[in-house]
Order: sequence, then structure tokens, then C-alpha cells
Amino acid sequence: MHTVSPGQAKPMVQLEDLMQSVAEHKGCGTTGGSGKASCGSSAGEGDMPPEIWEKVKNHPCYSEEAHHHYARMHVAVAPACNIQCNYCNRKYDCANESRPGVVSEKLTPEQAAKKVLAVASTIPQMTVLGIAGPGDPLANPEKTFKTFELISKTAPDIKLCLSTNGLTLPDHVDTIHKFNVDHVTITINMVDPEIGAQIYPWVFFNHKRYTGIEGAKILTERQLQGLEMLTERGILCKVNSVMIPGVNDKHLVEVNKAVKSRGAFLHNIMPLISAPEHGTVFGLNGQRGPSAQELKALQDSCEGEMNMMRHCRQCRADAVGLLGEDRSAEFTTDKIMAMDVNYDLSSRQAYQAKVEVERQSKVAAKEAELETLAGETSDIKILVAVATKGQGLINEHFGHAKEFQVYELSAQGSKFVGHRRVDLYCQGGYGEEESLDEVIRAINDCHAVFVAKIGGCPKDDLKKAGIDPVDQFAFEFIEQSAIAYFKAYLDKVKSGEIEHVSRGDASIRQGAFIAAE
Amino acid sequence: MPYKIVASQCTSCTACEAECPNEAISEAGGTFVIDPDKCTECLGHFDMPQCVAVCPIDDTCIIDTKLPRYQAAE
Repeated sequence: MHTVSPGQAKPMVQLEDLMQSVAEHKGCGTTGGSGKASCGSSAGEGDMPPEIWEKVKNHPCYSEEAHHHYARMHVAVAPACNIQCNYCNRKYDCANESRPGVVSEKLTPEQAAKKVLAVASTIPQMTVLGIAGPGDPLANPEKTFKTFELISKTAPDIKLCLSTNGLTLPDHVDTIHKFNVDHVTITINMVDPEIGAQIYPWVFFNHKRYTGIEGAKILTERQLQGLEMLTERGILCKVNSVMIPGVNDKHLVEVNKAVKSRGAFLHNIMPLISAPEHGTVFGLNGQRGPSAQELKALQDSCEGEMNMMRHCRQCRADAVGLLGEDRSAEFTTDKIMAMDVNYDLSSRQAYQAKVEVERQSKVAAKEAELETLAGETSDIKILVAVATKGQGLINEHFGHAKEFQVYELSAQGSKFVGHRRVDLYCQGGYGEEESLDEVIRAINDCHAVFVAKIGGCPKDDLKKAGIDPVDQFAFEFIEQSAIAYFKAYLDKVKSGEIEHVSRGDASIRQGAFIAAE
Repeated sequence: MPYKIVASQCTSCTACEAECPNEAISEAGGTFVIDPDKCTECLGHFDMPQCVAVCPIDDTCIIDTKLPRYQAAE
């Protein structure tokens, strides 16, 4: 679907020129210098130095705006781990499940390098290669760095990235630097060992297993030391934190301050996944995850401190594609070996140039629409859910949506604040009413849902639930449409045509993802 | 001689292979096995058997009771 044959890949515009002009406006979609925003890297040169913008502008995890356009892939070369987390069960592997620590097959560094070339040739907007497990990349340093070495030779345009628990990070910072890995994610769930003891039963360090507070103390010291060492070297750091209600939810505000003061670029607070069928400690002991509004409230409260990432899909350690999709099944080892791989840098660049044109027209449209809100003083805020396949467009049928992206609208404009995963509503017959209820629960905090198309029955049920089904903006830009909708909403509230009422909470999908086919 | 890996429990994560001071652990048939002739229970190397300490699944690296315990050389 996204392949580019050499014949159609005419570079009409030079990529460098485009990238420059992207850098000249607020590329992350946060117009008008509103400071720290939701985008996970809030922007262009106004908000960050050009060299940092250079690093994040096409990294889907570090830039919210980029994640609508650019894809990433993980290669599962790092199976070993050196700590135990209560939200992880290493025995669990299911191809229909999407969450960290899970893969369907392990790869050798050589297989991984081949896979990267195969994916890069098939998905020209794939710009980032990450190693995220399924164990810890730095508990498998030979495999991890061998993979980076091979890829930096064969596909030098691809950004390298890794995600670690941080236990051995201080030992590897110089090697990370040497391989030009300029994005590192550390999962930091606590800076207080007493809280850590409730999350980590043990760590394996210097040939010993340390349990409880003793283990957690070693872990937090090593994580913070590693973070400082990375930021001293100018490597961009994202911190992932799992929000575990009643364990570390309030404490994550302290974590946020601790990592900000050590130079972290971005903080990603994610909801705990703890379905009992995963067999994790938290899954079995009934530890619940947060609701959508609990998560949002914590993210909002940390936002004054630093960039918050809200577009994380908590993907698998072998995920391939845009963040909201997973194309890993197209790239199993068997299929890769049978593939005729033609890695063509110039056609990749030409395709990415086209992506940049789309991206700029989207931002320009949003900026123009934003002017209609000038002078608005209302303090009304609403959330809207959007069915999209990517490219920043409202281009998905309600019944085909696997997730909804959620935008917050206010007099300041639109802001991406999260996404809600849902099972497909349209699965051809069975349990439709049930799955429609589930979709409504997932977006119950939203005032409206924007779709490319929607059937009559779900439309009526959404209205009954107080959610406005909106198909008038089909195939148009998300944020431009959302601002236009909000402007009209405010006008109707002012004229008394409608009354503004606040919405309730929504639930975060926990169980296994069920694909349609 | 004495440690063995319970194949049905092994996730094949490779963590033990890298930690074994005797290079006694290798992959066989999708999971990992300990060569009883090479295993020293980590005596003389570490305070605790490394495979046991690093394994993510409890009761997977266990004493093989069918074999005599390792005796350190005199």
C-alpha cells in the first residue's frame, strides 16, 4: 500500500529544503508557542534548538506530529533480561497481543539486519530502528551492538534507538555514543526503593540477585546515573513510566522532577497492562490499571515540567509500522528470506519528501483554522475521538477503527492527548452490540467522534450515549476539522442552542487485541 | 554435575548461557540445557549459581537429583 516503485518516485522537491522549511514552522503541530505541549517533542525551532529538532522531526516516538507520518520497527535480538518486573511475564507470547516484552520469534543480528532492509524497502517512511527486547537490550550487549553495527553499514539513513531498564546502562554509554544511537529510552517507575520493591522482585547485578529494597536501590541509582551520562553526551533520553494505581501513581510526579532535572527530553507515562490471562504478578493479584481520565490527569499535572508523550502504543518488541498499526506479520523470517530486497535510498528520500509536503499542508491548514479562534475566551474544553489510518486525516470508517485518537479542544486550539484501543466493531455479525458498548466505554469522555463513514445504528447509539457522531469532515485534516467543529460548538453554546455538559471517564482497553482476519 | 534446566519452563531467553562461568549451557531443541560434565554449581566462582540467579522463571534451573553433587577438587 505504501510501496513506491522507482518510476513514480520523482523527487519534486529536495528533502533538505523541505526539512528546513518544516523546521521553520512549529513542526510538531503546536502552533503559536504555547510552550510544552502534548506532542512528545513540542516542536520546531521556536521550542528547541535546531540540532534537537533534527533528531526528533521524523522519529515517531519522539514527535507526536511525526507519528502520523513516519513508521518505526523493532528487532527482537535481545531476549535476556537482568531484572524481574511485576508487570512482565516472560512466558507469554501471543501473535495477537500487543505490548512490550512480547515477540513471536527471536532474531540473530544478521537476520535483524536483513529484516531492516526488507522493511525499509517496503515501507519507505520507516525511519527508525529500535531494539527494545523482548528482554533488555543492554543485558545482551553483543547482539544489540552487532545489530547496530550491521545496520549502520547497510542502511545509514535509519535512526538507531534503544530502550532499556537502565541497570547496566552506565557500563554501555560510551558504546551507545560510538554507534551514534541518539535516542535512548529508560523505563523508570520510581526513584524511591521502597516503592521499587513493590514493582521489582529482584535485579541481577554483579553476579548476584538482589531482592526487595536492596535491589530497587541499585536499580534506581544505576538508572539515574545512566540518564545523567547520556544527557551529558547530548543523547536524547525518553523516560517511560508505568502508572500503577496505588503503587507509584502519585510518586510519578517525583519521578518526573528527578528525570527532568537530569536532562531527560521526554516523559512517557503509560497505563499498566495487567490482564489476568497474561499471568503477571500484577495480573494475578488483581492490581488494576488506571482509567483514561486518571492517566490524563497525571500526564497533565506533569506537563508544566516537561514534554509529555501521549501517543505511545506500548508496542511489541518486534513491532513494524506506524505506531497505531502492526505489520510484523508481513515480515516473519520465512517471508523475509523469500523477499527480493531492493534497498533504494533515493526512492526512500523521494517518498519522504512527499510525506513532508503532506505534513506541511496539514500544519498550514491547522494554523489557518486556528485564527478563527482568535479572541475566544471561553474556558470550555472538550475531547473528541478520531478514526484515522494515519497521515493526520479523518480517513477511517467507524466500524473498522482499531483505535481512536483523542484530541483536546480549547480556546487555545487542538492538542493530541491520547488514543484508545478498541476491538473492531465491524467484525461481521457476532457480538456487535457488545463491541459497540465497548467502543463507547473507550471514548466515553469524548463529546464527539470523527469518522470517514458510519452506519445508521451505531450513529443512533452514540447519540444516545451523548457522543456526537461526525462524518462531515470525512477525509479532511484532523486538527483543522476539530478546530472548526469546536468553533461551531462554542457558537452553539453561546447562542443557547446547546448546553455544555462535561463527560464522564473512559476505560483503557486491557485484553488481547483481536485482529479482524 | 548437578544443575539442570526444566525444559517445559525454559523461555529460551539466553540469559543463563551468558552468565555461566563454565560455558556449560547451550541451546538444544529450542530450549537450553546444562552439560552436567561442565557444571560446577558455580562453586569457586560465585556465591550463588548464576543460572538460578538470572533465570526469569522460578524453579527452572534446579538441582538434578539423579546425579551426585559437584565436589570441588581437592
